[in-house]
Amino acid sequence: QLDFWLAPRGPGHPVDVRVPFPSLQPLKAHLEANGVSYSIMIEDVQALVDHERMEMLRGRRQLPLSTNTFDYATYHSLDEIYAFMDLLVAENPNLVSKIEIGRSTENRPLYVLKFSKGGTNRPAVWIDTGIHSREWVTQASGVWFAKKIVLDHENDRDLASLLDRMDIFLEIVTNPDGFVFTQTQNRMWRKTRSRHSGSACIGVDPNRNWDAGFGGPGASGNPCSETYHGPYANSEPEVKAIVDFVKNHGNIKAFVSIHSYSQLLLYPYGYTSTPVPDQQELHQISKEAVTALSSLYGTNYKYGSIITTIYQASGGTIDWTYNQGIKYSFTFELRDTGRYGFLLPAKQIVPTAQETWLALKVIMLHALDHLH
Amino acid sequence: DIDDVGHKYHLELVLEDVLDKDSTVNCTAEVLYHLGNKNLPPDVQFTIEGELKNADEADNIFYNQIKSLEKELVAENIPDSHGNVPPEMEPIRLLAWVASGYVIWQNSTENTKFQLAQIKHVKQVKRSDEYLEFDYRILLHEMVSQEIIPWQMTVLWHPQHSVQVTQDSRQPKHASE
Repeated sequence: QLDFWLAPRGPGHPVDVRVPFPSLQPLKAHLEANGVSYSIMIEDVQALVDHERMEMLRGRRQLPLSTNTFDYATYHSLDEIYAFMDLLVAENPNLVSKIEIGRSTENRPLYVLKFSKGGTNRPAVWIDTGIHSREWVTQASGVWFAKKIVLDHENDRDLASLLDRMDIFLEIVTNPDGFVFTQTQNRMWRKTRSRHSGSACIGVDPNRNWDAGFGGPGASGNPCSETYHGPYANSEPEVKAIVDFVKNHGNIKAFVSIHSYSQLLLYPYGYTSTPVPDQQELHQISKEAVTALSSLYGTNYKYGSIITTIYQASGGTIDWTYNQGIKYSFTFELRDTGRYGFLLPAKQIVPTAQETWLALKVIMLHALDHLH
Repeated sequence: DIDDVGHKYHLELVLEDVLDKDSTVNCTAEVLYHLGNKNLPPDVQFTIEGELKNADEADNIFYNQIKSLEKELVAENIPDSHGNVPPEMEPIRLLAWVASGYVIWQNSTENTKFQLAQIKHVKQVKRSDEYLEFDYRILLHEMVSQEIIPWQMTVLWHPQHSVQVTQDSRQPKHASE
């Protein structure tokens, strides 16, 4: 039951180990009997963890009273983001509504913001952020996009004409269990927090759990792996909720799933090297979108299909959505290219969101122009 | 493709100074990945066209700062969860970045892409000679598998000498993660 925090590496080098209470006396006796000196670094690890959690709760900012005083240039907790959503809806009831599309493994609500100027079941654009919880710039960008839509929906000609005919759906925290875990336990957590029988390891990669080439090369069958596809397609409630939503809606025309990092704009497929029938069109849109993105701050993006641009990945979101008939299916990998990686400084949130928004508009407007 | 030997890549790169984007230097390199034995690091040969910028002044400032500390330096989580790096820790982060480059090289194959994700812990080790020694615990992010791999490395440095990684080892992941 010993949990090594600094593994043995040879004579003369210290070893750090966390010892569960029942093993304390036997371990001490064993060390002393063998002439191994030791010192206690932390008397009670649990007390330390409890104290830190308390500090984090106490030091939390006062909740802002409006989306105009909300700080977009910093990372927020789940509660703060959910409160933001409610504020945004309250301030703009004629444009924004909040829909609960399901619940996570740990029973957290999965919320989607709907931006609509009316109509019934209009053709729509879907954007999701935060499906991989450690990719913090994505949830933060999602919050910014939500406010941006509200700010610009009348004065920006392109956005206004888009909303005249289409709705926008935005899921900001697509993996809330993972997100909370990155804030309380492990900043590098990627997957969901589900437990599946037969393994001590937790979590499924939500971007390998979709029914497109599920279980094939490009995902892992090992529950302890970061790319574990799960026991079966849509096993994860976070994924199933979106699948059900998309199928029930039936009129989604563009689907964008946002990740970080690497600075890439990708279209299907990831699970196979067979090009999609609409490859040329998607490639052209990507080129325009990336040009728009770079125009703001000079940020360089590469683009192409998932399999040719990064690696083979099966069971991915946009492979499934494309196969459902949603032609304009794209994935972004936002800033940066590895210097900070997942730990992108907060001051880069707004510039990242701003440039990405330009690319999103290209995609959304193209979908608008190509409605039947 | 070299029969019975491995795969050789010829690269033309531009090196860019992290601290001064306008300062660039051209570089050519040859990388040979060995067939068969995956424990052999790739061979790397390179030529830099021109000179790298002189960093003596910044090196000496950092060196003297550390030398004048009363107690050995200890720090953790660089950058922190929000991407913050206290200004005085920036050279410590850059040193880790260079040193992790060595670790990454030694553990790379054609199917890996490593990045330094975070310094979890760094501790200065007292020395009787003029070298600075730091014991780092870092997290490497491997892109293809998406794994976060804890790694320990001992780094030696002095302004007039190149960075050395005298010891490094992959660490076990925690049970809680």
